[in-house]
Amino acid sequence: MTTHIVLDIDGRQHAIDADPDMPLLYALRDDLRLDNPRFGCGLGQCGACTVLVDGAPVRSCSLAVSAVGTGKVVTLAGLGTPEHPHVLQSAFIEEQATQCGYCLNGWIMTAAALLRDKPHPTEADLRDGLAGLKCRCGSHLSILRAITRAAQA
Amino acid sequence: MGNFSRRLLLRSGGALVVSITVPLPVSAQGRPAQGKPAVGPLPDQLDSWLAIQQDGGVTVFFGKMDPGQGVDVAIRQIVAEELDVAVERVAIVMGDSARTVNQGGASGSTGIERGGITLRYVGAEARRVLLDLASQHLGVPVDALHVRDGVVIADPAKPVSYAELIGDRHFDVAMQWNGVYGNGLVARGRAEPKRPGDYRVVGTSVPRTDIPEKVFARHQFVTDIRLPGMVHARMIRPAVTGSVPAAVDEASIGDIPGVRVVWKQGFLGVAAPREWDAIRAAGTLKVTWSPVVPPFPGNAGLYDHMRAATPIARKELVKQGDADAAIGGAAKIVEAEYEWPFQSHASMGPACAVVDARPDAATVWTGTQKPHFAAIGVARILGLKPVQVRAIWTRGAGSYGRNDAGDAAMDAAVMSQALGAPVRVQYMRAEGTGWDPKGPASIHRARAGLDADGKVVGYRFESRGFSRTDIDTNESNPAHSLAGQLMGVKLAPIQEFGIPTEPYQFSAQLRAWETIPPLFDRASPLRSAHLRDPVGPQLGFASESFIDELAHAAGADAVAFRLAHLQDPRAIAVIRACAERSGWQPRVAGGSPGAGPVAPGRGFAYAQRGQTIVALAVEVEVNRTTGRVRPRRWTVAHDCGLVINPQGLRLCIEGNIVQGSSRALCEEVTFDRAMVTSQDWVGYPILDLADAPDAIDIVLLDRPDLPPSGAGESAIRPVAAAIGNAIFDATGVRVRRAPFTPERIKQAVGVPT
Repeated sequence: MTTHIVLDIDGRQHAIDADPDMPLLYALRDDLRLDNPRFGCGLGQCGACTVLVDGAPVRSCSLAVSAVGTGKVVTLAGLGTPEHPHVLQSAFIEEQATQCGYCLNGWIMTAAALLRDKPHPTEADLRDGLAGLKCRCGSHLSILRAITRAAQA
Repeated sequence: MGNFSRRLLLRSGGALVVSITVPLPVSAQGRPAQGKPAVGPLPDQLDSWLAIQQDGGVTVFFGKMDPGQGVDVAIRQIVAEELDVAVERVAIVMGDSARTVNQGGASGSTGIERGGITLRYVGAEARRVLLDLASQHLGVPVDALHVRDGVVIADPAKPVSYAELIGDRHFDVAMQWNGVYGNGLVARGRAEPKRPGDYRVVGTSVPRTDIPEKVFARHQFVTDIRLPGMVHARMIRPAVTGSVPAAVDEASIGDIPGVRVVWKQGFLGVAAPREWDAIRAAGTLKVTWSPVVPPFPGNAGLYDHMRAATPIARKELVKQGDADAAIGGAAKIVEAEYEWPFQSHASMGPACAVVDARPDAATVWTGTQKPHFAAIGVARILGLKPVQVRAIWTRGAGSYGRNDAGDAAMDAAVMSQALGAPVRVQYMRAEGTGWDPKGPASIHRARAGLDADGKVVGYRFESRGFSRTDIDTNESNPAHSLAGQLMGVKLAPIQEFGIPTEPYQFSAQLRAWETIPPLFDRASPLRSAHLRDPVGPQLGFASESFIDELAHAAGADAVAFRLAHLQDPRAIAVIRACAERSGWQPRVAGGSPGAGPVAPGRGFAYAQRGQTIVALAVEVEVNRTTGRVRPRRWTVAHDCGLVINPQGLRLCIEGNIVQGSSRALCEEVTFDRAMVTSQDWVGYPILDLADAPDAIDIVLLDRPDLPPSGAGESAIRPVAAAIGNAIFDATGVRVRRAPFTPERIKQAVGVPT
């Protein structure tokens, strides 16, 4: 059973026919070929699939595509480009803040929302606000440095 | 692609892969690999390693790859240095079994240490040949020439570029090589490489090129490979280890569009054109499973089981003097046992692989660390010749050894052959954490005697564990894959463990290991394999905790005690550098445990892995009420010979410390009698940002006089011991079982309430 669903992704409208219960992650990756949100756990535990929906970080593996409604979805690809980078993207490059990079969507998208709401966070704010995100390579400190750099930019 | 076509035409007359006759390859571990033909280009041609394009760009063909620590940048630096070309103009192709020589893949921290040796010779040899060509071209002797960024200059009025000399043409120059495929491969030409004193690019922090791609969401991972006609597959695993499908009701998923089932003995998977449909099908398919007796002791009974088990192999690798007699006659005897659990790779993403299997060829996209061997393994499971299979390494989630990637490639191969279509297999989280090969559990028994002056006169250190290679890290044998084992391939377990390798000067000593049989003999979620610094963290935990216990028994400072038993000047320099940088004041550990709820302590540990030496000092806080152990400040002194890229090295060390802290504080595979029960990030937590240290201060001891040695796994080895030693200093309680979870710490040191 499929439903016709219209999604607003990175400022563009997309129409797909999909199982309404399918998580948004698979609509992004398989229907729209926006590969940057990544499957990490499918359980909302790691953050690798994080996108913004109306500005709030959401685990796209755990949100039914039919529940997105008119929400505006922003993926990492929509956050900035090499020509017009988001301050966090520049900071991650400057700090060389990732190893494999599979987790990056979680950190950058969550931090983007955090910095928007709290432009001058303390380190405790960051550790608290980013709690639960996973990074298996152990890049935690370089990620913290990058987000701190972005906040000071 | 221009290079690819040119190179293949050069070697194979246009066939997609290369057929060659070579001496028997030797696997990464040095065991003869009889009957395994090589895949990939021959090492004995300069053209197999390096090409120069008409635009002056240089392409290096590297038979290892970068799992995320920037090895590719270091290799580009090494080649750019020898060639005298700007590093930005050097591109690298990594880990493609058809385009790169089999240098063993990412393995044993040898990317720079071993892989870089040949690429340094390659760069030097290419420069030599180019200068010969320039000499002929310009009519000037070679020793009158110099090179500036790929341009050969004698007379400033008539420069000639590398591109003009050879662009898009072959060198056709032979290289000498040692006949060993894998990590041990070394090839070289006639040229002598530069002296380190002349380096300008090596030793600088050239940034990585993959990071901008990743932060702008433009980097292709193996999960992103899609082929025309490709179907998505998911595997179906039993709830009880050893159980196999007895009946499969395909009608139960009959309403899912295009779904198909592949069932071969114990192997069971589903595939569908749409990924979500494959996931639904895997969750819905009705399977009747064979009844079996659950085989495991359960993790609560693990160490009892291990103590009672009969060893199947024992090796006494260091035996000097009569340790028992020396201990028996000592003034003081110290004994301890340490325990380390099974640990999971728990890679950030569960494994994914795409295979396009045809009747006479197969192409594999895999995040494996060993693509050349994976090509051989896929060939064998499909009944093809290795030369008919090409494995293209495509970045997966970060891997630190033989994780689940090798199994996914085999599963995708079997599915693709059965379905006659390209297949993308991606595991679910429960497979990534529950079914990946595990780092082995172990028990370490140490016994030593001290004389009246507090010197060690006799020392015994014996480990008993599951082999580190129930599953070989080399993926060329289907026996070492879930798919192979589920389809009845005869098992081929290899008994290996290890001993501590720090060169303490104990006059009488025994260092030995023994392995016990695996808990289940096939397709086991507790099969053991290499996980970062294989068996190093467990050995380092036990051996460096025990050194700390000896220091305490001797009434000595932990740093001074180590120095008193070492003669190696590099080890002494590293330990001193760490102590000095951390402000280490000599005293006996654990002398004044804090009485409050949060007890501060400090710990020290050191490790020597191959030629790399690391010393760590850590300040921790132990919360007696919550049991939380928080390592706050780390000081690392690190000597891995010549430093190629300081920033890359520092970030790699940081990753070792944080991942090592995770393994020391959080990570323990749990299982009941039937199955691994830690199957996600709740059941198998890793270190959270909240628990990450405040700071990691790193001192690099650069040794331009020494060759570079591996840094990918060295700093993780002493982490657990350093934390355990700090817990003792903070509380006066020695915790000899890892990990140091809140429950365990509360039980050990908690204040009764």
